Amino acid sequence: MSIPVLKFDAVIVGAGGAGLRSAIQLSEAGLKTAVLSKVFPTRSHTVAAQGGVAASLGNSEEDHWHWHMYDTVKGSDWLGDQDAIEFMVRKANECVVELEHYGMPFDRTDNGKIYQRPFGGHMSNFGEKPVRRSCAAADRTGHAMLHAMYQRNVKANTQFFVEWMALDLIRDSEGHVLGVTAMEMETGQVVIFHSRATIFATGGAGRIFHSSTNAFINTGDGLGMAARAGIPLEDMEFWQFHPTGVAGAGVLITEGVRGEGGILRNANKERFMERYAPNAKDLASRDVVSRAMTTEINEGRGCGLNKDYVLLDITHLDPNVIMKRLPGIREIGLQFAGVDCIKEPLPVVPTCHYQMGGIPTHYSGRVVVPQDGNPNTIVPGFYAAGECACASVHGANRLGTNSLLDLLVFGKSAGDSAVEDLKAGKAHRDLPKDAAEKSLSRIAAIDNRKGGANVHETRLAMQRTMQTHAGVFRFGDLLKTGVEKILEVEKAARELEIKDKSLAWNTARSEALEMENLIEVAKATMLSAEARKESRGAHVRDDAPDTPEFPNGRNDAEWLKHTLFNPVDNSISYKPVNMQPLTVETIALKTRSY
Amino acid sequence: MERADYERLRWRCIRRALLELDITLTRFLDAGFADLSEAEQAAFVDLVALEDHELWYLVSGKEECEGDLAHFAPLVEKIRKCSVRLAD
Ligand SMILES: Cc1cc2nc3c(=O)[nH]c(=O)nc-3n(C[C@H](O)[C@H](O)[C@H](O)COP(=O)(O)OP(=O)(O)OC[C@H]3O[C@@H](n4cnc5c(N)ncnc54)[C@H](O)[C@@H]3O)c2cc1C
Repeated sequence: MSIPVLKFDAVIVGAGGAGLRSAIQLSEAGLKTAVLSKVFPTRSHTVAAQGGVAASLGNSEEDHWHWHMYDTVKGSDWLGDQDAIEFMVRKANECVVELEHYGMPFDRTDNGKIYQRPFGGHMSNFGEKPVRRSCAAADRTGHAMLHAMYQRNVKANTQFFVEWMALDLIRDSEGHVLGVTAMEMETGQVVIFHSRATIFATGGAGRIFHSSTNAFINTGDGLGMAARAGIPLEDMEFWQFHPTGVAGAGVLITEGVRGEGGILRNANKERFMERYAPNAKDLASRDVVSRAMTTEINEGRGCGLNKDYVLLDITHLDPNVIMKRLPGIREIGLQFAGVDCIKEPLPVVPTCHYQMGGIPTHYSGRVVVPQDGNPNTIVPGFYAAGECACASVHGANRLGTNSLLDLLVFGKSAGDSAVEDLKAGKAHRDLPKDAAEKSLSRIAAIDNRKGGANVHETRLAMQRTMQTHAGVFRFGDLLKTGVEKILEVEKAARELEIKDKSLAWNTARSEALEMENLIEVAKATMLSAEARKESRGAHVRDDAPDTPEFPNGRNDAEWLKHTLFNPVDNSISYKPVNMQPLTVETIALKTRSY
Repeated sequence: MERADYERLRWRCIRRALLELDITLTRFLDAGFADLSEAEQAAFVDLVALEDHELWYLVSGKEECEGDLAHFAPLVEKIRKCSVRLAD
């Protein structure tokens, strides 16, 4: 079958913050650049970000990139690469100011500078006291960012392919990346995007969990495509969770609810936090609260049919206080839990929020894989940035507002690296004869299969398995059985069937294709989590507790290393953490405590 | 509505930037959309073309359908009712 081929210098998959930022570099350098997106660019998930973007501008009080670097290394629980972290924090100011020049309407101080507010984990003077480092545009930071960058791209003649779904990475026999196959959703037509540089900026994959704050679009397509092309995935055991999302829906309930006197209760109506944190009780730190909630659920004291959530009770508060101090919370209860929180408690569960791991990259945005003894060999023609990539700056846990920074800095640097490599002048390499074969046969299999697995049920089975076996607080035995279960789900995910066979606008087919990506991410997460026998950052195991020898359960002697999950044979290898910053001294290992 | 038009609309409802809208709009498509008149269905297509924050503020009642958006008021009310009714 002959498949149309579109030729570009660069093809970027993803039109969120990372994709748009890298596209600016390429288009403004005069290169012919295509950006593909499943949705209109300003509907990418970056829109949901409200908190802001970190940069040590020092507009509100004294600040320094070195302090920001310290906070980020500490936040990462020392798993972040210190060269990449120094690179990111030093580029922060430049990237934020550029954004301002693109027209981003940042909040301002009285004297016209960008206003900055405090955010958890960002401190001055190497962890001394909170500092105001976050730059925001009212409650629409992500949204304003995308608009500014989209306009800039339009001016620079970036070519957008909206409502196109990339399917697979194209590599030749030498491993060079030559573009992607993609499906135009309006027609169902599969097309080859033949490029000299391919950048993945496909965002996160939070939908692998049953409870997730991520929009439905976060199905980890970039990770799935990379995995199918034999690229290992890095540090996939590390996912950041929020303690209170609405059970079943994932919509966030602000921590302010507990601040105002909200009480967590189990199925026996017991205020269980009294047992776990006798002093702080419901106001204990995020980790402690999440862990207690999980323990209650695992020990059979969860609520509901599946005993899989606990209750957040504010019925004892004055309704006027609820309406005044917690605006929106009643609406969220009504819309997403069917509960009027003035009269009944809200069902809540620790909820997945952010993916720290991803496609392994150097801080230049180039994708790197182990080869011939070098753990960081560049994959020619392939770059990644944003939540789908692992640079690794977030290590084992991310600081709030550092991910918008990540996508600006690494979006730009991936773009710059691609420009540099392209200017070095290599022509398009020849496409392999079977360049589209893998994608076409995947689609044909889904279309033609009879008696296969239902997409919705398979996704639910995966999400429940991930939530129960690899949630916010992890248990050795549950992880072990989780591995078996997720491999079972994988079998179903490889045998999907859809009823609608139409070509044009077949959302069932698109969701089936997304499911094939989700399962790659879920599997990488479960197997990587089972293998890491310590606790570190967001990966907390019951069987790796806090002891004098291993504070917080962290075991640097054995586990100060990045996980690389090899999707080809489900094997795991490791590579060293880069402890050597670019110009300053190493931020030495320490116990992480706040 | 033609199949392809409906499916395009569906994609634009189930792949939003905000999770809140993914959930509410999916629910409405499954439970309320078929009962709308042709004119209301056309209005729904326009409504979901709004930016995510703007639409969510309307659907969550944080903002009213005023000015240019006034004609969406009955439709928004139906979407709100659909969510809340289904949940209890
Ligand atoms: C509720 C919420 C609030 C947050 N608040 C903050 C905050 O205040 N500060 C902060 O720093 N971080 C925040 N984060 C995290 C941050 O928003 C994300 O990490 C970041 O926006 C991800 O950007 P991205 O460019 O990598 O991906 P996205 O913005 O998710 O974009 C991904 C793009 O890839 C496209 N795509 C995906 N798959 C395909 C495919 N197969 N084919 C074609 N296109 C595809 C999509 O269409 C989309 O355009 C928040 C996250 C959430 C969920």
